[in-house]
Amino acid sequence: MKHFNPSLRRDFLKWAGGSLALGALPLSARAMSGAAKAQVVIIGGGFGGATAAKYIRLLSRQNVQVMLIEPDAQFISCPLSNLVLSGATNLASLTRTYDLLQKKFGVTVVKARAKSVDTQSKTISLDNYLQVSYDKLIVSPGVELMMDKVQGLSESHDQGLILQAWKAGPETLALRRQLEAMPDGGVFAITIPEAPYRCPPGPYERACQVAWYFKTHKPKSKVLVLDENPDITSKAALFKKVWADLYPGIVEYRPLHKLLAVSGSGHWMNFEVQGEVKADVINALPPMRAGLIAQAMGLNNKANQRWCGVDFKTFAAIEHKDVHVLGDAVQSAPLMPKSGHMANSHAKVAASAIVSELMDLPVNSTPMLNNTCYSFVDDQRVIHVASVHEYIASENTYKVVPGSGGLSSGPTELEGQYAQAWAHNIWADMLGA
Amino acid sequence: MRKNPLFLSAKTLLGVMVIGLFHASPVGAQPLSAEPLKTEGLAATCASCHGTQGISAPGYASQTIAGKPQDYLMAQLKAFKTGQRPATVMHQIAKGYSDEQLEALAQYFAAVKP
Repeated sequence: MKHFNPSLRRDFLKWAGGSLALGALPLSARAMSGAAKAQVVIIGGGFGGATAAKYIRLLSRQNVQVMLIEPDAQFISCPLSNLVLSGATNLASLTRTYDLLQKKFGVTVVKARAKSVDTQSKTISLDNYLQVSYDKLIVSPGVELMMDKVQGLSESHDQGLILQAWKAGPETLALRRQLEAMPDGGVFAITIPEAPYRCPPGPYERACQVAWYFKTHKPKSKVLVLDENPDITSKAALFKKVWADLYPGIVEYRPLHKLLAVSGSGHWMNFEVQGEVKADVINALPPMRAGLIAQAMGLNNKANQRWCGVDFKTFAAIEHKDVHVLGDAVQSAPLMPKSGHMANSHAKVAASAIVSELMDLPVNSTPMLNNTCYSFVDDQRVIHVASVHEYIASENTYKVVPGSGGLSSGPTELEGQYAQAWAHNIWADMLGA
Repeated sequence: MRKNPLFLSAKTLLGVMVIGLFHASPVGAQPLSAEPLKTEGLAATCASCHGTQGISAPGYASQTIAGKPQDYLMAQLKAFKTGQRPATVMHQIAKGYSDEQLEALAQYFAAVKP
């Protein structure tokens, strides 16, 4: 038997003690009625999970109790994090706490990682030795980067030589430092896996941000975009025009580059058809799949065990009662991007459905989703792609409403202002304001 | 092997923990029923850009749409949808909603106190 880790114990006492201190005033009668209420537990505090937590509280008029399980102490936004690489912004400005979800919206936030779920006893085991039970479970696990799919990537990544920086945080800062340390005249290479992956336009926006940094600080340097896909997967014409207009001689795009192997110490990549390509800074994005807890639960039942199938009316997992899946981990409907905005949209549909089920109300049969992905092409100017999606019951899918959605005509500073507004509003929409 | 994990029922624990923590009051305080739930779900699709319940973060470009007159909101939504009012994104978004949905949205946001 493992000894009870004293630091974990201290965390637990702090957690329980803090709540007891708060509860000391109006405890007895209300705690009893509280105990009779339904519990929703949410695994993952990203765009999907945090939004679901807040909206279940809002839509249920605080009648449904919500616990959010998230290992990170703070939320760091992936959207806008490419601007940290260019130096146009800093990571602190993209970082938010979970405090308002707790204090203002009454969500119980538990800093822990969910290790396994017993869907029979409806119990979740956490990495801090606690277990929690649920009436309804939402799994919003994000993606796992499949390092093993590229030979040498795990080792190079562990050594800090080849970074992903696809989950914003310390790696974002480390990649920034690599770019700063690179001499003028060097080459930055980003490799892109076959779609679907998290954030379709993200790699191309990253190429723009690094190119902007090079243009303003290291003008002899180059950005190589090595894409497994046959063409740019999002806003293709816009990105190509931006690269030609703003970054001629800096950005070079090469399609159909399937990455097989890398060496961080040797500064090379090996591609299936093209063979070896060298670069000073390599940012290798491997294939992705639903996050680890979804795999542990066997929710990843689509596309060769990569993504999770759901009933799109409620985002309920297929073949798993009282379990819902949100965000990037979901097997997408046609033209549904794996984006933070889309995860936020998923969460609201699931929140409404769960509240309806718990309160014996009919579930909305005509849910809607929308999405807007903004990409910064330099430090100010932005392009977007937008879409509106309606639920099609007969096909258990969403389809883009005919005539809706579209692209920017070109990059503008006005869209840069709307992109900043989008970021601040969606962070507040998920974490409280 | 770990034995006797400290077992906490979220049910009892949450009952204790959540008391007195929330001050958020949702729009109106109408008793929960299917129709407002559906409208709130629809309106929530606007919140990612315009803020929860249409209240935008202060100092940013997105409009606060909460509390604007219903007729004004409907006229703008229709103008976006027909293309009469130029926009960066809203003309593309408005085309994704039926006139009935736009009416429900205008009515909902007009009733929110910003």
